[in-house]
Amino acid sequence: MDIVPLLKRLTETASPSGYETAVAEVIREQWQPLVDEISLDRVGSLIALKRGQGEEPANGRRPRLLLAAHMDEIGLMVHQLVAHPDEDGYGFLRLSNLGGVDTRHLYGQLVTVHASGAEPRQLTGVIGALPGHLQPEARRSKPYGYEDLVVDVGLPYRQLQTLVAVGDVISFRQPLRELLNGRVSGKALDNRASVAAVTVCLDYLQGRRHSWDLLAVATAQEETALLGGFTSGHAQRPDAAIAIDVTFAKGPGTNDAVSFELDGGPALGLGPNIHPGMLQGLRDAAAALEMKVNTDPHSRHSGTDAYALQVARAGIPTAVVSIPLRYMHTMVETVVAGDIERVGRLLGEFTARLETDFMEKLTAGMMDDE
Amino acid sequence: MNELLKQLTEAVGVSGDEKEIRRLIRDLIADQVAEWRVDALGNLIARKPGTGESSLRVLVDAHMDEVGLMITDVDSNGTLQFETVGGFDDRALLGKVVQVGPKKLPGVIGARPVHLLKPNQRREIVKVEAMRIDIGAKNKDEAAGKVKIGDRAAFVTDYEELADTAVGKAFDNRAGCAALIELLRSEPYPFDLYASFTVQEEVGLRGAQVVAYDIAPDAALILECTPAYDLPNEKDVSPNVALGRGPSIYVMDAGTIQDPRLVSHITRTAAAEQIPFQIRQPGGGGTNTAAIQKTGPGVPAATIAVPGRYAHTPTMMISLTDYHNVVKLADAALRRLTPDLLQH
Repeated sequence: MDIVPLLKRLTETASPSGYETAVAEVIREQWQPLVDEISLDRVGSLIALKRGQGEEPANGRRPRLLLAAHMDEIGLMVHQLVAHPDEDGYGFLRLSNLGGVDTRHLYGQLVTVHASGAEPRQLTGVIGALPGHLQPEARRSKPYGYEDLVVDVGLPYRQLQTLVAVGDVISFRQPLRELLNGRVSGKALDNRASVAAVTVCLDYLQGRRHSWDLLAVATAQEETALLGGFTSGHAQRPDAAIAIDVTFAKGPGTNDAVSFELDGGPALGLGPNIHPGMLQGLRDAAAALEMKVNTDPHSRHSGTDAYALQVARAGIPTAVVSIPLRYMHTMVETVVAGDIERVGRLLGEFTARLETDFMEKLTAGMMDDE
Repeated sequence: MNELLKQLTEAVGVSGDEKEIRRLIRDLIADQVAEWRVDALGNLIARKPGTGESSLRVLVDAHMDEVGLMITDVDSNGTLQFETVGGFDDRALLGKVVQVGPKKLPGVIGARPVHLLKPNQRREIVKVEAMRIDIGAKNKDEAAGKVKIGDRAAFVTDYEELADTAVGKAFDNRAGCAALIELLRSEPYPFDLYASFTVQEEVGLRGAQVVAYDIAPDAALILECTPAYDLPNEKDVSPNVALGRGPSIYVMDAGTIQDPRLVSHITRTAAAEQIPFQIRQPGGGGTNTAAIQKTGPGVPAATIAVPGRYAHTPTMMISLTDYHNVVKLADAALRRLTPDLLQH
């Protein structure tokens, strides 16, 4: 599977949290030929079902594994329309964040304003600010914040008023670029890289039998509320679930104990959001593939859909598999295609190895001697 | 689509390394001029023959360099250290894509993720010394094989037109270069027109100084792109020039009093030709005028500029109407220029 062209389509499609329709269509196109059923659910998550094969279990219900890769991305929202110097002048947009935006990176970026006026349009804009010497003194020595920044679409205020409304969504615009060594850089690789990994998994399973039903879910609104994690965990009644997301890669400014080499393979979450039996199952699958994996300790909230999935209904055994990524929540997020491919294969192998009694063993394992 | 602005802004020419932009401009003007040459600093100088009616020697200048970065070292992990070339706000560099060296290797400038910052660190500006360019190299040897110390890096932005405005990098001063190229393509002037596309303006007006000595003009006109600060502000301490209000005419800046005879000639021309214009508020900043006017026995010089928002970022914005009016005004002012205007 050619991952870079897929990533290019996925990341260059604008779909901030709550407005995932566009990227959902791209994903549907990719997944449709690889699954048995596919549809959008009531909150906008894309749910694909790939049925298990072989003999039906005695109770007539195959166990279900849910793979959750959130498809939303961080962005901005129109907070206010401002005229300068008066209503006969140019119009500017003040901003609110949509998800965890790193404001330090905003000045000088290209954006698309998804204008909701009578005829919806996409407007190119740039994020600008007055230079330091015209800023109030207290703000000169700080990164530009929302009190300083405007989106400028180069239009007169009166025209802007007919096109743009408060609450309109703004997405970042940065084409995916190939760096050296199979590394690619762009926006929204958090978490389209994981969507690509799930695509690799579905592709891997075209040639492997699996007895469990597999639910591949591109979840909505992870960045803001873990919404798709909560709701798909409830509605799809999975027996077990894995959240696929990105984790911190080592690189400039990041050499923490809990950070991972690019191209170093999948990072497997360990901590309160992760069922130890699920983690062991992933390690077993990695061993079968002779794939190097790393342990990613999350001492509390894993920062992924697993946090929501784990507590859906009466509780779901969950795991987290992550792709190392540099510069998280910027327009130059950087990953390696090889890591995506490994995560995809690992998920596929894990799925293929699931036996019908996996859940019984998982539960029994909680009381085993170490 | 204005192809001239597109080509010129998308080309690279960081101060001191202007070869690519110099060659592009040479290709764009070679058929329009009687002769062109490159001087000791890399300035591109051309002569467009006049009708012979006037014996004035007139220089029109536009600097062709742009601000950028210079690679200063390669880290053991393959990332690149750099310094800025020209004036930068450190806050304009995070999250940007750059093209490194003559092969235009893509690189990105990231930072420690916001998730890992302590609250006080989120309110700190990341200094340029702490930033790195990431080209994807795995180690020092690999990076050193691709990039040389001293290589320049420039922003990457595709030129784009919105409504009346255009977005791109390096309008400062490719807008001036484009205007000067348009003058070279117009009907002959009464006098020979000397055009200079100068180097190293952004690091101290270096190129213009030697061109003015070389040409020894009777008068000089500088075409520029001047910062526009027409953004919402709590208090308009410095309204400055605004997009859409016409060519910006300099009167005084940090480095010069623009020649009053030429300034009034330009404003009278604008009034006569019904071209809108705005006087740039006296104050900071500066243009090649500062270097040219003090060369040799002195050169009467003045500046006409296209207002541009967000100078020295990858995403500048200009008004195309302003740009066209700069071309019109410069052209008309040159055609109306006579020796008596320069008398006291």
